[in-house]
Amino acid sequence: MMGVPDYSAKGLADAVRSGQVSAESAMIGYLERIRATEPEVHALLAQDQDLALSRAQAVDRMPLDQRSQLALAGVPLVVKDNIVTEDFPTTAGSRMLEGFRSPYTATAVERAAAQGAIVLAKSNLDEFGMGSSTEHSAFGPTKNPWDLTRVPGGSSGGSAAAVAVGMAPLALGSDTGGSIRQPAAFCGIVGLKPTYGRVSRYGLIAYASSLDQIGPLARTVEDVGLLLQVISGQDVRDATSVENPVPDYLAQLKRPLEGLRVGMPKEYFGQGIDPKVRSVVEKMLDRLAAEGVTVVEIEMPHTRYAIATYYLIAPAEASSNLSRYDGIRYGFRAPATDLDSLYRNTRAQGMGEEVQRRILLGTHVLSAGYYDQYYVKAQKVRTLIRRDFDEAFQTVDLVVTPSAPDLPFVLGSRSDDPMQMYLSDICTVTANLAGLPALSVPAGFDDGLPIGMQWIGPAWSEDLLLRAGYMVEQMVERPRWPLWRT
Amino acid sequence: MVDEAYRVVVGLEVHVELKTRTKLFCRCVNAFGSAPNTQTCPVCLGLPGVLPVLNRNAVYLAVKAGMALHCTIRSVSKFDRKQYFYPDLPKAYQISQYDLPFAEWGFVPIADGAEVKRIRIRRVHMEEDAGKLNHIGQNLKEAEGSLVDLNRAGVPLIEIVSEPDMGSAEEARRYLTELRTILSYLDVSDLRMEEGSMRCDANVSLKPRGYQGSLEDLPRVEVKNVNSIRNVGRAIEYEIERQAARLSQGERIIKETRGFDDGRGRTYSQRSKEEANDYRYFPEPDLPPLVLDESWLTEVQASLPLLPEAWRERLRDLGLASQDVEVLVQDRVQVAFLSETLSFTDDVRAVSSWMLSDMLRLLNERGLGFDQSPVSPKDLVDLLGFIADGKISGRMAKEVLDKMFESGESAAVWVKRLGMAQITDDSLLRGQVAEVLAEHGKVVADYRAGKERAFGFLVGQMMKRTQGQASPEVVNRLLKEALEFDAQ
Ligand SMILES: [Zn+2]
Repeated sequence: MMGVPDYSAKGLADAVRSGQVSAESAMIGYLERIRATEPEVHALLAQDQDLALSRAQAVDRMPLDQRSQLALAGVPLVVKDNIVTEDFPTTAGSRMLEGFRSPYTATAVERAAAQGAIVLAKSNLDEFGMGSSTEHSAFGPTKNPWDLTRVPGGSSGGSAAAVAVGMAPLALGSDTGGSIRQPAAFCGIVGLKPTYGRVSRYGLIAYASSLDQIGPLARTVEDVGLLLQVISGQDVRDATSVENPVPDYLAQLKRPLEGLRVGMPKEYFGQGIDPKVRSVVEKMLDRLAAEGVTVVEIEMPHTRYAIATYYLIAPAEASSNLSRYDGIRYGFRAPATDLDSLYRNTRAQGMGEEVQRRILLGTHVLSAGYYDQYYVKAQKVRTLIRRDFDEAFQTVDLVVTPSAPDLPFVLGSRSDDPMQMYLSDICTVTANLAGLPALSVPAGFDDGLPIGMQWIGPAWSEDLLLRAGYMVEQMVERPRWPLWRT
Repeated sequence: MVDEAYRVVVGLEVHVELKTRTKLFCRCVNAFGSAPNTQTCPVCLGLPGVLPVLNRNAVYLAVKAGMALHCTIRSVSKFDRKQYFYPDLPKAYQISQYDLPFAEWGFVPIADGAEVKRIRIRRVHMEEDAGKLNHIGQNLKEAEGSLVDLNRAGVPLIEIVSEPDMGSAEEARRYLTELRTILSYLDVSDLRMEEGSMRCDANVSLKPRGYQGSLEDLPRVEVKNVNSIRNVGRAIEYEIERQAARLSQGERIIKETRGFDDGRGRTYSQRSKEEANDYRYFPEPDLPPLVLDESWLTEVQASLPLLPEAWRERLRDLGLASQDVEVLVQDRVQVAFLSETLSFTDDVRAVSSWMLSDMLRLLNERGLGFDQSPVSPKDLVDLLGFIADGKISGRMAKEVLDKMFESGESAAVWVKRLGMAQITDDSLLRGQVAEVLAEHGKVVADYRAGKERAFGFLVGQMMKRTQGQASPEVVNRLLKEALEFDAQ
């Protein structure tokens, strides 16, 4: 018999809806998995087992006609801890918000819960989403379940690791420069950053507002589509969410893509990309070509400016978004003698080094005399990067790249080298800068470590990305669980 | 007196709170005077994860104001973040408009003797208000602590920035008065300076004779947050004197921000601009650009009421004295009242004279405005109709008006109830005229001998006989006719 965590979210929801499996027994199975794995992986920052069980019982008690309407009936959900929830504290991985409890719940979480999903834990992350390894959490790093000496990626490393080991079939992450896709790749699961405006940001603790999107992580492409379906759509509380009909992401999922044209930008397969990563992705493209997909090499000349552009815009917005953490109204407050020292001490003691680095960077970028030179110029380059994609999509349907330039790296190996750390976002930041949807799906393994490939599509092409991802998923042999010594 | 070696240069920045039901970016109620922090929500508290959503009604009121100030309205503008740390600013930035304000290049006409001078408006932009700090203790320096009240945080404001076109404190007063009048016609704000729903900062500098540089380069003193139009005038007067005195002693004017001490009538230094903030403005990424539809703008323009300037012209054309015009135009509800009477009567002079005397007295006694008057414009016109028709005298009308105010009933009701209908029927009065003349033969003889006063006595006798209800005009006519007839 199949153990509970072996269920996909889709399979579990189906089973709970029909009464074949009780939500409570499923929840017990996931809680057991958490007990067994969390001490080693440290994916979570807060959990509430009693609450999760009582919510599961409530789903079981629902009249059948009501329960059968729920797309995520009884499905456990892990939520990245920069997404606010009334039922759990929300820290954003920062001392600054240690013990903070939001009086409201994020729209995406509300929508998932309304469809029967049960939040059972909040997951670890790089502080305020700033990092690519989850080492910048104020509450200790998360470990990669495939190799506990390595990082799970970041900043949604907790969500990715939790899903990878079966603490829950679904997780919500957020992606500002790759924070869903890169950890999904490092943890051997599927992650999607939606088109900017597809999913409400209301309740997502802002890092860089013009780049941030909430998105789903799961072990299968279908589950990613299932969660995306539920959280998508305009929200009156987010003026940047877009009124655009949400298609049925699962309806066409398994239909083969005929005549698909895929662009392989050479800028993403050259210098700075680990040859092992490149070879796995290229092999997958060969196999797709053999299946009838047309793969063409394309050029995206402004890609080389992407990291610089990203590290001007994101910190600029972050420096502003994080100013509210001043010790006056909520969160951490350091002892002080006057207003000035209250601000200084609170922010110096409450925020980690990487966060302070980005705030300083961003403050500088927006300062009088530098604004035009940095911020305005970066916005112009951003437009050029977007144009590269517009042009590419004239000739190809989707663009394929590695999800990350390298394999999961060893914990601590890059902590002292922020520049090296920033370069791990090289494959992913362009989709954020251009506001485009992008999916990371496992493409293969190298010596037991997962390698992801990224699919980038035109705005609102999530359905196409999921179909491409599904096609890849069918071709990859992978162990059912990492770490697991069953 | 200021030395003529200098010319006074004044520009004003006026903040006006818009009278919306809810705040600019959240759905909290926008109201003055509630218990601290009761009108707040995650959005205006700046809690983690919140986003602003623009209040369309605030945009409507703001655009109305921009149009009434003759500004060009941008069809595309945007919001920006103005960043600084202060405990009354929950997000540590204020959402404002920086380089693309929604309205630009307007003017406010002010009377300068018979001439009208235009004070140019450089820009009008929308922004959110900050909260309020209540210091525990007498003043900031000695305060034991400060309490933050965020009820006001997020209240919609417009900031109206003038060009430095005012050359005296008096012009500044006139500008503010006219600005307030114009805005009051639009009903976009409570405009209460004492409650802070209208606030004024004055930029004052002295331009030496022969100065060739730009006005921007003159050392400018900004007097912040003065709480009445009168005090803005006082603050500017004081600043002119102070700066002139410094200059005449060969001292330099320091560019700085000053406060105004109402009690002493003096300005005092708050901080010098040398240590000014860099606000690090950048476009608000949480709000899409504000795009105003052309046809919507046309609709708003068409819905604007007649403004004070147009009313002045209209009332003067209708024959009102300019002094009365000025008094009437000051108050939107007076003009609205007057305007309504014009659909029932052409006699605007009678209406205005009754409005500004007896109506105003009765309203003031009750602490009411013309918009709350128990006597409607139609009621007043009806009352004036009784006078015009000779049915009652002016004096009787005053008594009727009093009763109308007390009861809210019509003039017709009270004229009848008080038995006031004048006797105007010649046939009813002729017999009595004959009797009076017969009774007072000596007086009649006196009159014929040329004693004019004798006539007045005869009128008095007539009124006595009719208990005051005879129409004086009719009595006069009939007496004269009878006396002349008899003489023949
Ligand atoms: Zn609010």
